[in-house]
Amino acid sequence: MRVRVGYNNKVLPYILVAPQILITLVFFIWPASQAIYQAVQRQDPFGLRTRFVGLDNFAAILEDPGYLNSLSVTAIFSLSVAALALGLALLLAVSADRVIRGATTYKTLLIWPYAVAPAIAGVLWMFLFNPTIGSISFVLKALGYNWNHLLDGNQAMILVVLAATWKQISYNFIFFLAGLQAIPKSLIEAAAIDGAGRTRRFWTIILPLLSPTAFFLLVVNIVYAFFDTFGIIHAVTSGGPARATEILVYKVYYDAFEALDLGGSAAQSVILMAIVISLTVVQFRYVERRVHY
Amino acid sequence: MLSRRNLLAAAAVAALATGPAAAQQPVEIQFWHAMAGALNDWVDELAKGYNDSQKKYKIVAVNKGNYTEVMTGAIAAYRAGRAPHIIQVFEVGTATMMAAKGAVKPVYEVMEQAGIGWDPKVYLPAVAGYYTTTDGRMLSMPLNSSSPIFYYNKDAFKKAGLPDVAPKTWSEVRDAAKKLQASGVPCGISTAWPSWVLIENFGAMHNLPMATKENGFGGLDTVFQFNSPAHVTHMERIAEMQKTKEFDYGGRRGDSQVKFTNAECGMYIASSAGLSSILKTAKFDVGFGMMPYWPDLTKGPNGGPQNSILGGATLWVLGGKTPDEYKGVAEFFAHISKPDVQAASHQRTGYLPITLAAYELTQKQGFYEKNPGFEIANKQMTLNPPTPNSKGIRFGNLVQIRDMIEEEMEGVFAGKKAAKAALDSAVQRGNALLRQFERDNK
Repeated sequence: MRVRVGYNNKVLPYILVAPQILITLVFFIWPASQAIYQAVQRQDPFGLRTRFVGLDNFAAILEDPGYLNSLSVTAIFSLSVAALALGLALLLAVSADRVIRGATTYKTLLIWPYAVAPAIAGVLWMFLFNPTIGSISFVLKALGYNWNHLLDGNQAMILVVLAATWKQISYNFIFFLAGLQAIPKSLIEAAAIDGAGRTRRFWTIILPLLSPTAFFLLVVNIVYAFFDTFGIIHAVTSGGPARATEILVYKVYYDAFEALDLGGSAAQSVILMAIVISLTVVQFRYVERRVHY
Repeated sequence: MLSRRNLLAAAAVAALATGPAAAQQPVEIQFWHAMAGALNDWVDELAKGYNDSQKKYKIVAVNKGNYTEVMTGAIAAYRAGRAPHIIQVFEVGTATMMAAKGAVKPVYEVMEQAGIGWDPKVYLPAVAGYYTTTDGRMLSMPLNSSSPIFYYNKDAFKKAGLPDVAPKTWSEVRDAAKKLQASGVPCGISTAWPSWVLIENFGAMHNLPMATKENGFGGLDTVFQFNSPAHVTHMERIAEMQKTKEFDYGGRRGDSQVKFTNAECGMYIASSAGLSSILKTAKFDVGFGMMPYWPDLTKGPNGGPQNSILGGATLWVLGGKTPDEYKGVAEFFAHISKPDVQAASHQRTGYLPITLAAYELTQKQGFYEKNPGFEIANKQMTLNPPTPNSKGIRFGNLVQIRDMIEEEMEGVFAGKKAAKAALDSAVQRGNALLRQFERDNK
């Protein structure tokens, strides 16, 4: 017979979860409901006149080609960042896992970028690639390649993807390395004895065993690309040129804080919230099935 | 516990004794501005000059970031009930501030209620007109107004065998650019604030309307028309120059300044407010001139340019403060409008003198003979009596509209969009924003 584990006290469990519920209410449910409330209104910047407009703000957004552009920019940006950051981090983790001498030094160096604030990382990359004074753009120009991300949207996109990826690699690296070290050596040795080469061992043993880590990182990286890259975009391109790097969260910020369109911006954040919730649901329902714990 | 009770008691005593205490403590007046670096020092000294001149009021000048940040910060503070008394708002925010009736206290009201014999006619008409209602009442106090002017690299001009004068027309600019490039300068000309220079001031200088209803002065139901054949031709020609780098786009706002001061571009159009900083950072002799124009596109007098319009910022007073505090604001405004204070500001920064007296004083001091660049903005703005097309622009949502225009221009300069398509799309999207502003402010 199974013994049911639980509390005898009826109140205690509620007290124990109360802080979490309170935090969720204050920092998520309340702001989210405010956003929904603002999304159905139009207001002048000073808040002197407020009108209820129903779904007008949403209709305006969906008709706005700028918003559709922002959607596709976000898709390209976050997929590139997640793919690059995961791929490169895995490559680095596998390499670092093999190193015997000086392993700590390599690991420390690889973790460093994570300590840099996004805005600072952004400014750093902006200066390196500044078309007039940047050292990398200078080298590119010397090689005959004209670098000007102030005018060329594709170059601007490449630049922010690079900067955002560089920032995230360290984080992914730590998790991949920990995951790799948790794989029992005996499994790999057994496979080696059976005659499996390095590549085969990686694809058939290491990668499946790493899949829980990889899945966790995929979710974290997508959320990162959606929200935490704001500082980088703001510092490097401000969404330009010609909106080529205007991701959704940047557009929300711009419309509210620079254009002072509070209703429209609130409506966008409601849509953004829906997108992220559904992305997460999809990941947990469908991608997670392929993960072996 | 005892000590806290003591504190409370002391606070209560202090509260009861406000009478004599208030006589000694100056009334603080919060002033939020966007001036950074050397210009921040300038504002600090303006406040100090006023604070030292009397004991009753104290101006507390605080830098709150760039123009947009000051405005949005003040709006947020107003909504939270802790607004400052004075905020510096760029000309782009004028329509938003004008529409905020109740949140803003018009300057003419502040000055009249303070009863300090104030005459709005002392201000330069070109400046004051921008911030005045159609029935002649001044809404905000001019502080730092500027206009774009033309800069050129004298050393590079000499090396390229060009005469030491600023080109007058765009065709001359083009010829100069070709010669500069032949002598090894990578780019001919670049510009700061692309929409302000290439659309807004282009329209004023060529006497072409940017929109109906006197460029928005006549009402909120204004409609854009900056996609006229003349505008399209202008944009096409600049785009053509972009291909050969006779013109080279260098980003929005002042991002391109380094292209000029680094000697990458031999010519530059930027605000007169950039004068001191350009003179300080350029390692070559800088020459000045008026903005170039296209003789075949201008509708100005005798085929010449009409006049340029201004940028920069003014001081707006927010509502909900005490009469005593407003008196302090009024006296501060009167102080900064004094001819000597104003002339010193103008000579220090490159911003326009905002009163006629300050302009005349500067002339009398012989300042312009030694510093020719400082007079150009003023001359250019007063070239001819302003027409409805050239007295200025006033549009709601202008922050967004300007970004949108620049976005479309970026498309043209990157070779992705034809000039006509880009301007048509900017006009169409701009009109949508104008209509939205009209609805929100009815």
